[in-house]
Amino acid sequence: MNSKTGLSLTQAPPISVPLRFFLTAPLFGLAAAILFFWFGPAAIETRWSPVTLAITHLLTLGFLLMAIIGAMMQMLPVMVGSPLNRPRVLSTVVHVFLCLGLLALACGFLFTNKILIIISMPSLAAGLLLFAGAASTSLMRAATINATVTGMRLSVAALVVTLVLALIVSTGHAWSWHVPKTITNVHMTWGLVGTVSLLIIGVAYEVVPMFQMTPAYPGWMKRRFTTLLFIGLLLWSALYALQSNGSTLMTVLADLASSFLALWLLVFAVITYRLQGQRKRRTPDVSVHFWRTGLICLGLCAVLWVVSRLWPALDNWPRLNMLLGVLMIVGFAVSVINAMLYKIAPFLVWLHSQHLPGSARAIPNMN
Amino acid sequence: MTKLINALIAEHRACDDEFALAEKAVADQEWTKAAELCRHFVQSMECHLRHEEEVLFPAFEERTGMTSGPTRVMRMEHEDMRQLFHDMEESIKNKDREGYLGQSETLLILMQQHNMKEENILYPMVQNALRADQDNILAKIKSIAV
Repeated sequence: MNSKTGLSLTQAPPISVPLRFFLTAPLFGLAAAILFFWFGPAAIETRWSPVTLAITHLLTLGFLLMAIIGAMMQMLPVMVGSPLNRPRVLSTVVHVFLCLGLLALACGFLFTNKILIIISMPSLAAGLLLFAGAASTSLMRAATINATVTGMRLSVAALVVTLVLALIVSTGHAWSWHVPKTITNVHMTWGLVGTVSLLIIGVAYEVVPMFQMTPAYPGWMKRRFTTLLFIGLLLWSALYALQSNGSTLMTVLADLASSFLALWLLVFAVITYRLQGQRKRRTPDVSVHFWRTGLICLGLCAVLWVVSRLWPALDNWPRLNMLLGVLMIVGFAVSVINAMLYKIAPFLVWLHSQHLPGSARAIPNMN
Repeated sequence: MTKLINALIAEHRACDDEFALAEKAVADQEWTKAAELCRHFVQSMECHLRHEEEVLFPAFEERTGMTSGPTRVMRMEHEDMRQLFHDMEESIKNKDREGYLGQSETLLILMQQHNMKEENILYPMVQNALRADQDNILAKIKSIAV
């Protein structure tokens, strides 16, 4: 038994560590919303327009990842028993790099400014690699290896893959050479199915049964699910890259692999939805509503994808990609992250004020 | 050793069930029933907390010499919970539905993140440290009942 892990129970990070991320996440969400209002329907015409790229990254990096990083800094000591080293310094540096990099990236997209894109690259890379390095160190030292730890480890690995692919795609924007769309699609899939979904699934194993008082997830699911999803992603990426040579066999295999990924996510959505239906706590809970909205969107997104593989007319529908993206990012990920923030943020504030000197009795509770 | 750990985890789950029943009664404003169920819940919790504070933690501290480490934090969180039990019982006396539901929401998160730390971190440590004594400890725990 490692004495460091024992001490970790006393080392919940200062509230400023997670809170800076939780406070900036809605601001970037707001920025995305303002852009959407400003540009109206033009913002969802096509995946590739500058404003759509800006909004997408404000939502994924600015809202989702910002909240995820804040939550992981708080949760690693609690769920895994292994805090991040020097949390104050780490969170400050990661936060500054991430904010600057994202502002540069979003403005770079919006104004098609190459210099800003070039500035965003080292800044985002530094922030995210620093976080990924620190989180990996912590996850390697974990006191218990359970399904949540596995999910988090794979999610951090997927984050690094997403970042590397992002840097390749960015060189195309920065130096105006043609980067194949294949790489952009693989980047996007590693971000959404890899980083975001793996993390949500891993965390759900602990959070859903404990905080919503549902039965536990089935054992087979906890043992293999995230690992298979990760292997599926690797396999799909290889097949999809080979498919760009025009081979029919590779296209069929890549479609099979992507359908497997989609069905796997559908299984997660259905099982979680059913578990929540059996929850023992019957009082209305806004966080459960957010979860269930998110799961329905994830399920729809998965079904839509599989049907589009089988039915060419749907696949050729110009709005398909936009619909899939909105269901996955806004419908699923933003809803579920909101569900978690609704619980974590008020609790941290309550816990913090509980232990402030002189605050003795007048502390507002969570509601 | 899993016998001891499983018994403690079962206590967590049993308390969760009672928590949900009491909360439902308050939400429905069935105050007599709520008072009864809340009293049951608090008694079961108190019993579990004593199992830890009077048997498990001292045995662990004695074996490992770690008196200011994880068990100290767990004891502090137990005190935070006791404060909320008190507030919840007051809310029931005053038939303050909103007050109770706010306190129970807070308690739920406090209690579950606490259980998570115990089940994922502390209990495995206890399991390692007290492997040889488990029957003895389990017997002592059983002697403290509601």
